Amino acid sequence: MITFSGVHKWFKSLHVLNDINLHVLPGEVLVVCGPSGSGKSTLIRTVNQLEPISSGTLIVDGKDLADKNTDINKLRAEVGFVFQQFNLYPHLSVISNITLAPIKIRSTPKAEAEEQAMQLLTRVGLAEKRDAYPLQLSGGQQQRVAIARALAMKPRIMLFDEPTSALDPEMIGEVLAVMKDLALTGMTMVVVTHEMGFAREVAHRVAFMAEGIILEEATPEEFFLRPQHPRAQQFLRQLLTPMQM
Amino acid sequence: MLTYTFDWSIITSGKYFEWLLSGLIVTLKLSALSIVLAFILGLLIAVMRMSHNRVVRWIAHAYLEFFRNTPLLVQIFFWYFGSYKILPSVVNDWLNTNGFEFAAAATALTIYTSAFIAEDIRSGVLSIPKEQMEAARSAGFSYLRSMQYIILPQAVRITIPPLINQFLNLAKNSSLAMTIGVMEMTYQARQVESYTFKGFEAFTAATMVYLVLSIVITVLVNMYNEKVLNLHKAA
Repeated sequence: MITFSGVHKWFKSLHVLNDINLHVLPGEVLVVCGPSGSGKSTLIRTVNQLEPISSGTLIVDGKDLADKNTDINKLRAEVGFVFQQFNLYPHLSVISNITLAPIKIRSTPKAEAEEQAMQLLTRVGLAEKRDAYPLQLSGGQQQRVAIARALAMKPRIMLFDEPTSALDPEMIGEVLAVMKDLALTGMTMVVVTHEMGFAREVAHRVAFMAEGIILEEATPEEFFLRPQHPRAQQFLRQLLTPMQM
Repeated sequence: MLTYTFDWSIITSGKYFEWLLSGLIVTLKLSALSIVLAFILGLLIAVMRMSHNRVVRWIAHAYLEFFRNTPLLVQIFFWYFGSYKILPSVVNDWLNTNGFEFAAAATALTIYTSAFIAEDIRSGVLSIPKEQMEAARSAGFSYLRSMQYIILPQAVRITIPPLINQFLNLAKNSSLAMTIGVMEMTYQARQVESYTFKGFEAFTAATMVYLVLSIVITVLVNMYNEKVLNLHKAA
C-alpha cells in the first residue's frame, strides 16, 4: 500500500530522512514513534507529498510519487490526513467542513454528502454538533470532526500526525477510541504518536525513528518487551517512567 | 458683514433639485459598478500575485506598482483621451453612443482601486495560518480551489476594515469623473452653482450626499460581515 525504498530528504544541509525503507500492507496499522526531531512527522508528510522527497522511490496506492504523470490531487483525495492541530476550516460549520471535499471534488450530491457526514458524525459521537463552528468545540471534539472530515472522502489510507499531542489529557481517550474503531474496520493506517498504550493495543507494527533513520521495526510485543536498539530502550524508559509513578 | 442670502429652496425642489438628483443617481451607479468590479479584479490580482508561476506573479506585481503609483486623474484622462486612439472603431462607435465618459471613469476607478484591494487581500491571505492550505491540499483540492473555498473566504473576512476604506475612497474619488464630463454629483453641483451662484447650497448638498453614501457603505459592509462572514464566531 505504501512502499519507501531508499528515501532520503534534506532540508538544506539537514538530513531529515536517511535511507528509509518501509512497507505498509493493506489493512495494516503502523505506529511511528521516536524522540522529537527524529523526522517522523516529515516521514508521514511525504506520503501525501506535503513534503516532497529528495531521492529514492515512494509508492503510494500503486502510484509513484516521483512520476510526473501521477495526479497528486487525485492521490491526496484517496489519502486522509489528520493533523496535530486539527486544522478544521474555521469559517465553515462542522457539517460543511465534512461535506466540502466530497461535494466539490467527488461531485457527490449535497443531500447524499450530508447523509454520509451525519453517519460519520454519529460514528465519532458528535451528531448533535452538526451546525456548530469549529471554534465552539473542544480540542478532542475538533479532532474527531477532523477524522470524520478525512473519512468523508472514503480514503484508502489514513495518516495521523501526532493526533493527540495538542489535546488535554482527558480528551486523548475519546480520539484514540475513534482511531481504534477505525483500525478494527481494516483501514490502512500510519500513526505518528507518543501514545504507547495505543501502539501496544492497536498497532500491527511499530517503527522507531531517531535522527532520520528507522532504527527498529518490530511487532508491538517485541518492541515494548525486547527493544533491540539502545536508543529505543532509552526512549521507552523515558516514556514509561512517569506512568509508573 | 455677511451679504449672502441663503436660499435652500433651489436645491430641495424644481429644476436644480432634479439636476442634483440625476447627479446622485450617476454617482451611485458609477460607485456601485466600480466597487463590484474592483473587488473581483482585486481578488484576481491578489491570487496572481501569490502564484507559483514567476511570470504570473511578475505581471501582477507590475500591475500593482503601475496603477498604485500614478495619479487617478491621469488614469481617468488616459482612458478617456488616450484609449480611443488604440481601440477598434467598432468599439469606439458603441462606446460613443453608450456613454464613453462613464465607461472611461468606471474603468479608471476600477483598475486604480483594484490595485489597493489586491494588496489588502494579499495581506489577509498571508495572515491565514499555512496549515489551512495544507489541510485543503491534503483533502485533494488544487491550489486555486483551496484559495477559492478555504483561504480567500477567511482572508476576505479579516480584510473587511481595509476594504471598507477602499470602497469609501472609490465612492469619493468618483467625483473626479466630472473632469471628463460624467454628469455625476459634483458635476451637477457645479452646474447648479454656475446657473444660480448658490455655491454654498449646491456644494452643501453634494457634501451631504457623499457623507451619507460613505456611511451607508460602511454600515452595509459591516452588516454583511456580521451576518454572513462572522457566523462562526457566534458563541
